Amino acid sequence: MKAARQETTITTEERLQEPANLSVREWKNKIFKGIFTAAAGFSLLMLIVLILRIFTQGIGYLDWNLITSFASRNPSDAGILAAFVGTIWLMAVTAPISFILGVGTAIYLEEYANKNRFTSLIQTNISNLAGVPSVVFGLLGLTLFVRELAMGRSIIAGALTMSLLILPIIVVASQEAIRSVPTNLKEASYAMGATNWQTIYRVVLPAALPGILTGNILALSRAIGETAPLIMIGALTYIAFLPENLLSQFTVMPIQIFNWTSRPQEEFHLVAAAGIIVLLAMLLLMNSIAVWIRNKFQRRF
Amino acid sequence: MMADHSNTPIHKMIEEKASKKGMANVTETLMPKFFLVCAIISILTTIGIVFTLVFETFTFFQDVSVVEFITSPDWYPMFQDPDFGIRPLLLGTFTIAFIAMCLAIPVGLASAIYLSEYASDKTRRTVKPVLEVLAGIPTIVYGFFALTFITPLLQTFIPGLAIYNALSPGIVMGIMIIPMVASLSEDAMSAVPQSMRQGAFALGATRLEVSLKVVLPAALSGVIASFVLAISRAVGETMIVTVAGGANPTADLDITSSMQTMTAYIVQMSLGDAGFGTTVYYSIYAVGMTLFIFTLAMNIIAHVISNRFREEY
Repeated sequence: MKAARQETTITTEERLQEPANLSVREWKNKIFKGIFTAAAGFSLLMLIVLILRIFTQGIGYLDWNLITSFASRNPSDAGILAAFVGTIWLMAVTAPISFILGVGTAIYLEEYANKNRFTSLIQTNISNLAGVPSVVFGLLGLTLFVRELAMGRSIIAGALTMSLLILPIIVVASQEAIRSVPTNLKEASYAMGATNWQTIYRVVLPAALPGILTGNILALSRAIGETAPLIMIGALTYIAFLPENLLSQFTVMPIQIFNWTSRPQEEFHLVAAAGIIVLLAMLLLMNSIAVWIRNKFQRRF
Repeated sequence: MMADHSNTPIHKMIEEKASKKGMANVTETLMPKFFLVCAIISILTTIGIVFTLVFETFTFFQDVSVVEFITSPDWYPMFQDPDFGIRPLLLGTFTIAFIAMCLAIPVGLASAIYLSEYASDKTRRTVKPVLEVLAGIPTIVYGFFALTFITPLLQTFIPGLAIYNALSPGIVMGIMIIPMVASLSEDAMSAVPQSMRQGAFALGATRLEVSLKVVLPAALSGVIASFVLAISRAVGETMIVTVAGGANPTADLDITSSMQTMTAYIVQMSLGDAGFGTTVYYSIYAVGMTLFIFTLAMNIIAHVISNRFREEY
């Protein structure tokens, strides 16, 4: 006790001297404010450098020819047609699968599940899945879909792998959207004699839909940029035909960009930059749609 | 409709109603089951991942002993007399992750302090979307940026820098992870109640002292958890290191030359070097298993830190 009191007196004495240091402390505050601001500005700067650099590299190869031709040995002829169509195929198949699985899981967790160990197991499991490296999902896809289920290196195998990869993002976003629907809407529906499912289908889902859609689009834009899992399941790096059905072999834009980036010739790096511009433009479009849906349709309760 | 019903006897109407109710009952019992199946698929995914990794790793360990995998200092899978020691890959992975953290932790934390303590509402509303954009850029783009911009840039300062090296992907990975550290740390710091800040301000503390001595300690569990999650993300990151890090599994810590990470090895082998059924083919699963264990452990640690050590106000 005594020692403690002594300590207090010492610090009090120190405190009394501190007003003299006030200007020093304020200077420190100013300097650190500069450092913190610079740190936040660093990210902004890097984003600008990244985008400027890629545009200056790729703009020369960015023309209609890029989108309408297949990959080629000759940089000036090389295009991303197969990869572009492959990406659209892959997204068209991934979107409904991941939507049904993800929203279904979210509805189960938010509307049906009891608070028990099984429910919390699913919830913990989903947050752990979100942290699994994408390349490990690729290993799962390679073993399960490509080999065990004998789908081969096909669009459907890629889409199923991608669906599982983005499932956690969709579940969490959909859960948040469903949770934000106020209880009194549901209670009103029940009071009118609606059943559980009728309430979900006609009241909860319509109200939560903008949030759910936004989450789904953002998850898909993550999937569009994923490279590693698709390399794992064996999406091709050179392809000169368009996929015809679910079992066709395919390539996607990030893989085509990866292929060009790993070539030693400088020209191919420029073509890769042009490909990146197209990829970033697609992402920008999807994100804008997501933001637009959120602003236009989301009701605040 | 109403007129029709007025002529039908009451018992018919009740029967009709009951049959409709039967239909509704079917959907009523069917839908929850369908949603339960959806939810179970997420668990099946985890089981699938674990079983895949365990089975194929087991096959690998029938050719290569576990002891060699853990203790052998070399990783030369394609040699006539192959060596399968995970150590060089682990070293490469953690070296590059360490470089990334040296950038991401200070800059990310400082950005978080700025956003949570110094920035006005308006600035925050412009800076946060920028961070989100940075976090949403595909990793292959970062890989391209590392190889064609950062590496040549660094070569002007460090003449001995190889084209494929550990430094450049480490730095770019750091840039990629800053938004993650910043936004998770900022969430933790914003959750510290305003009254604690006001208390400190009332005692004459400067904003810096409030940030570092009041807010940061109070938010420490969340901040540390964000660091651990960031490391886990860096360890699992694939395309940057594949593109810019090269493919040389080496045990010496020279960051100016090529190093190979676990993820880069998995991608390199699946690009065509490994035939199905060979030991090399199964080695990607053993490496994948190691990667999975490390990232899972770190995610669990982050979870425990943020829950167990959270200060409740």
